[in-house]
Amino acid sequence: MTATFAFYLFAITLLTGGLMVVTSKNPVHSVLWLIVCFFNAAGLFILLGAEFLAMLLVIVYVGAVAVLFLFVVMMLDIDFRALQRGALKNLPLGLAVSGVILAEVLLVASGWQPGTGVVMNDALAGPPAGMTNTQWIGSQLYTRYVFVFSMAGLLLLAAMIGAIVLTHRRRVGTKKQNISVQNARTPASAVGVGKAPVGQGVEL
Amino acid sequence: MTYTGWFVEQFGQGLGWFLANLTLILAIAFPVMVGVALAVYADRKIWAAMQMRRGPNVVGPFGLLQTFADAAKLFLKETIIPSGASTGVFLLAPMISFTLALVVWAVMPFDAGMVLADLNVGLLYVFAVSSMGVYGIIMSGWASNSKYAFLGGLRSAAQMVSYEVSMGFILVAVMMYAQSLNLSDIVMSQKGNVLGILNGNIFNPLLFPMAIMFFITALAETNRPPFDLPEAEAELVAGYQVEYSSMSFALFFLGEYANILFMCALIPTLFMGGWLPPLDLPFLYIVPGFVWFLIKMAFMFFVFAWVKAAVPRYRYDQLMRLGWKVFLPLSLFWVVVVSGWLMFTGHFATAPGAL
Amino acid sequence: MTALLRSAKSLLLLEFVGGLWLTLKYFFRPKVTLNYPYEKGPVSPRFRGEHALRRYPNGEERCIACKLCEAVCPALAITIEAEPRDDGSRRTTRYDIDMTKCIYCGLCQEACPVDAIVETPNFEFSTETREELIYTKDKLLANGEKWERAIAANIAADSEYR
Repeated sequence: MTATFAFYLFAITLLTGGLMVVTSKNPVHSVLWLIVCFFNAAGLFILLGAEFLAMLLVIVYVGAVAVLFLFVVMMLDIDFRALQRGALKNLPLGLAVSGVILAEVLLVASGWQPGTGVVMNDALAGPPAGMTNTQWIGSQLYTRYVFVFSMAGLLLLAAMIGAIVLTHRRRVGTKKQNISVQNARTPASAVGVGKAPVGQGVEL
Repeated sequence: MTYTGWFVEQFGQGLGWFLANLTLILAIAFPVMVGVALAVYADRKIWAAMQMRRGPNVVGPFGLLQTFADAAKLFLKETIIPSGASTGVFLLAPMISFTLALVVWAVMPFDAGMVLADLNVGLLYVFAVSSMGVYGIIMSGWASNSKYAFLGGLRSAAQMVSYEVSMGFILVAVMMYAQSLNLSDIVMSQKGNVLGILNGNIFNPLLFPMAIMFFITALAETNRPPFDLPEAEAELVAGYQVEYSSMSFALFFLGEYANILFMCALIPTLFMGGWLPPLDLPFLYIVPGFVWFLIKMAFMFFVFAWVKAAVPRYRYDQLMRLGWKVFLPLSLFWVVVVSGWLMFTGHFATAPGAL
Repeated sequence: MTALLRSAKSLLLLEFVGGLWLTLKYFFRPKVTLNYPYEKGPVSPRFRGEHALRRYPNGEERCIACKLCEAVCPALAITIEAEPRDDGSRRTTRYDIDMTKCIYCGLCQEACPVDAIVETPNFEFSTETREELIYTKDKLLANGEKWERAIAANIAADSEYR
C-alpha cells in the first residue's frame, strides 16, 4: 500500500514538475521545477530497489548539473516573451516534427519484443544473494560492461578537452598572479636598505 | 524486542511503524537543535577565549542560555519580504536549508545500532543531501532580488560544487578501506585497523592526509571561516542572508550550524572510529559508545572554532585555486595510491563479486 | 633545495599549524576584558551620560528657566516653557529632553549658569520604546535626586580646572 502510494506520489509530482518546467514563465522557476523532477525520479529509483542509482542521480544531476544550469540561467537575463513571439507562426512545423517522433515511438513500442535474439537485451536477473546493489553494479560495470564503460569515460574526456580548448585562451595584455613566485619571495629579495642623500633621491 | 517492534505490536502495522519512526525522528531532531544552540554558544566562547575576550556570560549560568535568548528574540520579530523578491522561492529557501540540515542526520550512527535509517548507501545519502544544501543558498540569493545576496548565492554555489568533487574522492578512499557505504560498517571496519590496537582511519598513514583534506573540505562545504566567502561580512554584508529577518534568518542560521555539527559528527565516523574508543582495549569499552562519539564530536567542533579564530578569510580566486588546482589533483592521486596499495596487499580478494 | 623545502612547508601546512598553536596558547591566557555587567571601567568626572536636573540642598529647583541650554543645544533636543510661579520666582513649567536627538555634547551643562542641567556618569539607560526616551521635567529631577552624590563629587573633582 505504502509503496503504491509512494509511487503515485512520486510519479504525479514528477509529471507535474515536468509540465511546470515547460510552462513556467520564469526560466529560473523552470530549472527549480527540473530539480523537483530529478528528485522525484530518484524517489522512483528507490522504489525500484536501485538506491545506488537514486543517490547518484541526486548527487550528479541535482548537486552538480542543475546547479550549473541555475547558474547560467540566473546570470542570463532571458526574456522569454521575446523568444515565444514566433511560436504561433512555427506551430505547424513543430506539430509535424513532434508528430513524426510520436509515430516513431509508437512504432518501436508496439513492435518491441524483449529478448528475441538481441544480445543487448541479455538482461541480468538482479543482485545475487549476499551482494548489495552497489557491489553488484560495480562488479558488472567493471567486468561485463568494461568496454562500454571506458568508452563512455573517453567520450566525456573528449568533450571536456574540447570545452577547455574552446574556452581556454591566453589573452594578451592581462595580468595574472603567479602564486608560487609570490610565495618564493623572501625579505632578502624584496627589501633593500639604501641611503638617500639630500636632494638626490635614491636609485631604484 | 526492538523499539519499532513494540510499537507495531501496540498500534498495528502501519500506525505503529509511523509512530515508532516519528518518535525516533524527534529523538534525533530535538537533541540536534539543542546541540546547535550549545554549539553556537561554544563557538562564541572559544572564539572569544582565543581573542582573550570573555564571550557571552550574562544570560543564564556562564551565559549558557544566550542562544536561546537570541532565538526567542528572532522568533518574535517580523518577517520582512522585500517588495521585489520572488515570494515563493524566497520563503522556500530557508526551509530547504533547514530541512536538509536535519534530514542528513537520519543515517548518522550514534552508537552500535543507534541509527534511524541504516542505509547501505549511507555515505552517498550524506553526499546527496549535502550537495542539495546549496539550493537553499542559491535560491535565497536569487529570490532576494539584491546584488549582495545574489553574489553571495553565486559564490556559495560555485564553492560547494568545487569542493564536493574532491570530497567525493576522499570518501572513495575511505570506502575502499571499509568496502562499504554504510556508515555503521565504516565505523566497524576501523576496529583495531591500525596495528591491531588503534581504532580509526586517521592513524593510518595512508589515510591521515585524507583526513586533513576532508577536514578542510568540510570547512569549505559548511561555509565556515576561512572559507566563509558566501557571507563575507566585510564585502557582502552577509551574502545570501542579507534580506532575511526573523524566523527565516533563524532557519538559515540553525541550518548552518546543524550542518557544521553534522560535519563534526561525520569526521569522527569516517576517520576517528565513530563510537569506538581510540584504543582497542577491552576496559575502554565500559564507557558507552555514545559518550565516545560525543567526545569526538565535541573535539571536532573545538577544532572548527579554533580554525575560525586562527585563519583569515581566503580571497575568492585563492579558494577556487585551492579547490581545483590543489585538492582535486591531490585527492585523485591519493585515491590511486590507496587503491594501488590495497590491490597490492590483497585487500579486495574477499570482496563480493571479486574476480 | 629551497623550492623543495618551501613546497614541503606548504604541503605540510606548517604555517597553519604554527598559527593554530599560537591561538591555542592564547586560549589559556587570562582574559583582558571586563566582566561587564558586574565590573565596570573607570568613568571620568567629565563623563557625559544621562541628563539630570539638580536641586539646591534646601529642595529648591536650581533651574531658573533662562533657556540658555535650549538655545545652545545643537541637536534641538531641549524644549523649555516657563512662567512665574506663585511666589513670583521664574521657574520652568516644562523641561523636555528628547534623548533620541541628544548627541551628548555637554554644551547644555556648560551653558547653565546655576549648574542645574548636568550630565550624570550613568550610561545605562536603554529602554524598550522610544517614548521612554523623551525625558520630562519629573524624570530629569528624579535623575538628579538619584545621582546627586555622584554629580556633586564630579563637579567638585573637576572644579579646579574650570
